[in-house]
Amino acid sequence: MIEIKDLHKSYHMGKNSLHVLKGINFTVSEGEMVSIMGSSGSGKSTLLNILGILDEADEGTYNLDGTLIKNLNEKVAAQYRNRFLGFIFQSFNLINYKSALENVALPLYYQGEKRNIRTEKAMHYLEKVGLAQWATHLPNELSGGQKQRVAIARALASDPKVLLADEPTGALDTKTSYEVMELIQGINDEGKTILIVTHEEDIANMTKRIVNLRDGLIIDDSKVDQVRAKIAANV
Amino acid sequence: MFNLERWQEIFDTIRKNKLRTFLTGLSVASGIFILVILLAMGQGMQNGVSKEFENDAANRISVWAGVTSVEYKGLNPGRRIEMDNRDYEMAVKKNEDKLEYKSGVYSIWGGLTTYKNESGSYRIEGVRSDYQFLENETLVAGRYINQADLETFEKVAVIGNQVYLDLFKGKNALGEYVDITGIKFKVVGIYTDPGGEREETRIFIPLTTSQRVYNAGDKLRSLAFTLKDHKTYKEALAASEAFSAQLEADLKTAHSIAPNDLRAIHVNNSLENTKRFYDLNKMIRLFFWGVGICTIIAGIVGVSNIMLIIVKERTKEIGIRKAIGAQPWSIIGMILHESIFVTTMAGFIGLLLSLFLIQFAGPLIETSFISNPSVDFSVAITTVFILIIAGAVAGFFPAYRAANIKPIEALRDE
Repeated sequence: MIEIKDLHKSYHMGKNSLHVLKGINFTVSEGEMVSIMGSSGSGKSTLLNILGILDEADEGTYNLDGTLIKNLNEKVAAQYRNRFLGFIFQSFNLINYKSALENVALPLYYQGEKRNIRTEKAMHYLEKVGLAQWATHLPNELSGGQKQRVAIARALASDPKVLLADEPTGALDTKTSYEVMELIQGINDEGKTILIVTHEEDIANMTKRIVNLRDGLIIDDSKVDQVRAKIAANV
Repeated sequence: MFNLERWQEIFDTIRKNKLRTFLTGLSVASGIFILVILLAMGQGMQNGVSKEFENDAANRISVWAGVTSVEYKGLNPGRRIEMDNRDYEMAVKKNEDKLEYKSGVYSIWGGLTTYKNESGSYRIEGVRSDYQFLENETLVAGRYINQADLETFEKVAVIGNQVYLDLFKGKNALGEYVDITGIKFKVVGIYTDPGGEREETRIFIPLTTSQRVYNAGDKLRSLAFTLKDHKTYKEALAASEAFSAQLEADLKTAHSIAPNDLRAIHVNNSLENTKRFYDLNKMIRLFFWGVGICTIIAGIVGVSNIMLIIVKERTKEIGIRKAIGAQPWSIIGMILHESIFVTTMAGFIGLLLSLFLIQFAGPLIETSFISNPSVDFSVAITTVFILIIAGAVAGFFPAYRAANIKPIEALRDE
């Protein structure tokens, strides 16, 4: 599903150049649930941005579902993001003047779906995350966990190949984090490929594979025994 | 533009951002409102000033005689000059092809006029039939003095509207006899004059009759002429000045007056006065256009500012939209579509409000210098469109920039 070869990325700030990714090789196959770990500055967010076609690598190749992602113009990049990827952010990034339902329906608007189909599909995904009765509420009327569930529903709405989550539990307490992880595990159980960037050990252990990053290089990549969030919550 | 989905998305956004929409709309609507009111007031002032100049025909030339002040050909200064029919005939004969309207006038001040129990003191003027046009008068009822009256010394009178109201109190006056300085005159007409009450407290009778009943012989108090129209104002002014100068010279020769005597013959050329009036009008117009253009510029700056702030405020939203698959042009289109829609609606609301105000409050303003404020509709519409285009252009550049920044940068924007 995801195939990365020898990926390099530097940031230039004035005269200083910061080499963030120093040759990453990395494959994810369909149905996997991978966490990317590392301390801050290890390059994990940069990697996720490149995977999410929000940013572009300087060197190396990136194949997403058999499509080479390189030198895309904004228009094509937007199409790929819409078709291939669903994003979950630490700070939820919901549009605050739109209701939960409208937020979930937005990716479908950019897919060119008709309004009634949008609403129908969005409602379906809101039901899936257990927030059907909150459909008409604005984000600021929802709790952090509920907001993240709406964001997950929105990420799922366009039926993407890969779900990318950047510290999805970073702004949540432990209990809520586990509830969100339970939901994400459920989605993975249905066969969706999921990548999670996190620096929390317990969250990483809820995935099936952990990739450790340090100073722009992968230092460890190993499969782990998945801890079910439901069980962890009851301990 | 005709994408229904886009419209729905925009109405959603507008409905949920009422304050932002209201503020944008307010600045546009008030800009248009102020501009239209200003232009209307400018027009009103022009109308008011024009009205002040409307009492008499705009190109009227009047001549009075006075007292000589310079000794000439052995004649002492202090001699009273009186014009007579010969002066009038000379002027007419000499300028037959140039003159449009002409009349000699013999008038007396304070002619006591009585009808039944009502009476008043009015200026009585003996005039020829052209005098109606020289005074810019309109008949309310009946007819004016005509040639037959002059030839047969008819005792007929055309009274001003104010005289009519004073003496007849709104009852029928035509065919009634009024007593003017002890002589019965039949009322044949009532006139109105744009100059108002002061100009309407006069009574006109045939010149020949007045000369006869007041024992004036062939004396005239004044002469009044207008010249035929010329193509341009400049030509008209030149012709009128030449005519005035020639007439003055001729009269001075005929009455043995020194050419440098400024007191004996007065020639008043309205057209020269109109020149001042046109200059004033031009200044008023220039002033209001200046103010208007400044208002538009202020409006454009205001709209641009708001658009900049809106785009800035929406940077994060733009980032989110891009992350979930919005293409750059769909974002630019969304922002522009919204801004054009809001400025258009607000512009027309401002326009309508100001037009309503002018329509209903305008006629209530009746000072002597502002009258019937109105606005050129096409000018108003043009300004609305200028503001809309300005808003679109002002919104485009920040929208374009926002749509092209990387989504991660936009998302970081808090």
